[in-house]
Amino acid sequence: MTDVPWHIAVVGAGPAGLYAAHEILRRSATAKVDLIDRLPTIGGLVRSGVAPDHYRRRDVIGWYERLVVASGRFSFFGNIDVGQDITVDDLRRSYDAVIFSHGCRLDRRLGIPGEDTLGSHSAAEFVGWYNGHPDYRKRTFDLTGKRAVVIGAGNVALDVARVLLLGAAALRSTDIADHALDALAASNVREVVIVGRRDVEHCAFTTPELMELGTLDIDVTVENAHFSNVFDGSPGAGDFAADLKRRLLQTYAERPSRGNPRMVLRFCSSPVEVIGEHQVQAVRLASHRLRSTGDQVCEPDVAVEDVETGLVIRAVGSRGELLPGLPFDAESGIVPNVAGRVVDSPESHHGTAYVTGWIKRGPSGVIGSNKHCARETVATMFADLEAGRGNVRQHEHVTAAGLAAASGRTLIDYAGWKQIDLAEVGAALGSDRPRIKLADWQSLCETGSSRTARGGQVSANRET
Amino acid sequence: MTYVITGTCIVDTACVDVCPVDCIHPRPGEEDFGQAEQLYIDPTVCVQCNACAEACPIDAVMVAVNMPPALQPYREINADYSRARR
Repeated sequence: MTDVPWHIAVVGAGPAGLYAAHEILRRSATAKVDLIDRLPTIGGLVRSGVAPDHYRRRDVIGWYERLVVASGRFSFFGNIDVGQDITVDDLRRSYDAVIFSHGCRLDRRLGIPGEDTLGSHSAAEFVGWYNGHPDYRKRTFDLTGKRAVVIGAGNVALDVARVLLLGAAALRSTDIADHALDALAASNVREVVIVGRRDVEHCAFTTPELMELGTLDIDVTVENAHFSNVFDGSPGAGDFAADLKRRLLQTYAERPSRGNPRMVLRFCSSPVEVIGEHQVQAVRLASHRLRSTGDQVCEPDVAVEDVETGLVIRAVGSRGELLPGLPFDAESGIVPNVAGRVVDSPESHHGTAYVTGWIKRGPSGVIGSNKHCARETVATMFADLEAGRGNVRQHEHVTAAGLAAASGRTLIDYAGWKQIDLAEVGAALGSDRPRIKLADWQSLCETGSSRTARGGQVSANRET
Repeated sequence: MTYVITGTCIVDTACVDVCPVDCIHPRPGEEDFGQAEQLYIDPTVCVQCNACAEACPIDAVMVAVNMPPALQPYREINADYSRARR
């Protein structure tokens, strides 16, 4: 497509960034890509978000890694925080174009009293903790009670519930982090109530995740569902998944208990308060029940109930945060853009900064959604570069590596990440586990930089 | 005999790109694509060439006869979606 050896930086090594790197290297025979991440690892949420019992899905990252590395024009720079160690402007002065794919790190909040009480957490925290994300290594969760409550009717809530209910024996054959496995082995939690605001046909659970529940040693029950939307038996393809979900949930609602740990899917309910002075004692739920009057089902009736629990996890979505040097729309939680080209205002077009993934379109979709998103962004970027709208590079030969060195960070390169990857798999050899994750900054950085005498310190203090 | 896409599918569409008979849907650009939970192979069109299975970055494609009991429902799901689409 183009013969110019453009040098592109991609910030954020999750699926969005990897798809973008792959697309650039696929379309251009000469362009070079430097993929940068704050962590010393490649994978983003595929490594730290996808649930441990679904660890085989992480293979997609290795697949695309191999493709980009095979080009010979790919470099990885890990342990570099864009915004803190080097600035967005530094990058824009050093590369022909920069694509930002740093995702949405923060969690959406419930906005109810007691949300920050001890024992109330975001799913981001809990999931990061059990998946060995080094930022969450030191977090603790109260697993002494019999019941946990998860707010949010999506796949993340199901992940959290499965991890809480599967039990240590089943988790031991996954890539769950060691410290989480130990904590869960001592857990008393036997019931998880997942609370969804809307009714069955609007829940965000996907069919495969719901179907999988039927194969596990977990009793699934359904509460307060009205199954109010009736399909006539011949749904259009667009309603296909919704109808499948509805039938599945109806099956679970009718299935008798087998004495297993219990997952309760509760619909048409909203949390209005987290109750407890120094730590969580209960969640107050307002539940809508539909009362039929004659031929119409309408007239909502609200019942309020306190559900006893010591652990509340909110899984109601993610949101992005401001990165200094890029515009940010606080309301939508994304960087304003047109087809991936960052815009400051409707009139101005930077033409040198691009976004892909969640920070471009919001925290939605599945892993593969990022591929098409990246194709659009990369097409926009190449069109701009070929029209002469690329960056004016002031530092022709300085890359992220040089910028990072100036800031004192030890950068973890691709070989260093492979060192980490192999160490994790190696640590699990002879056991049922696919890998044992390195879950703290120090061991990640030491393992990632250990193989050559690089000089300089391992800067390990990112503990939060 | 057919190939079947299971629930592991992440809608990467590498399979769609290589299928010689266009039996995998929804495709990018089709109305359903934005909301698709997974992709589906039409068993009445599939010619068992294995291209999709080789292209899939996440091992979501299986040969129907090799599927374990827990994944058998996906045969019907792929068939039902394809029928509803026609």
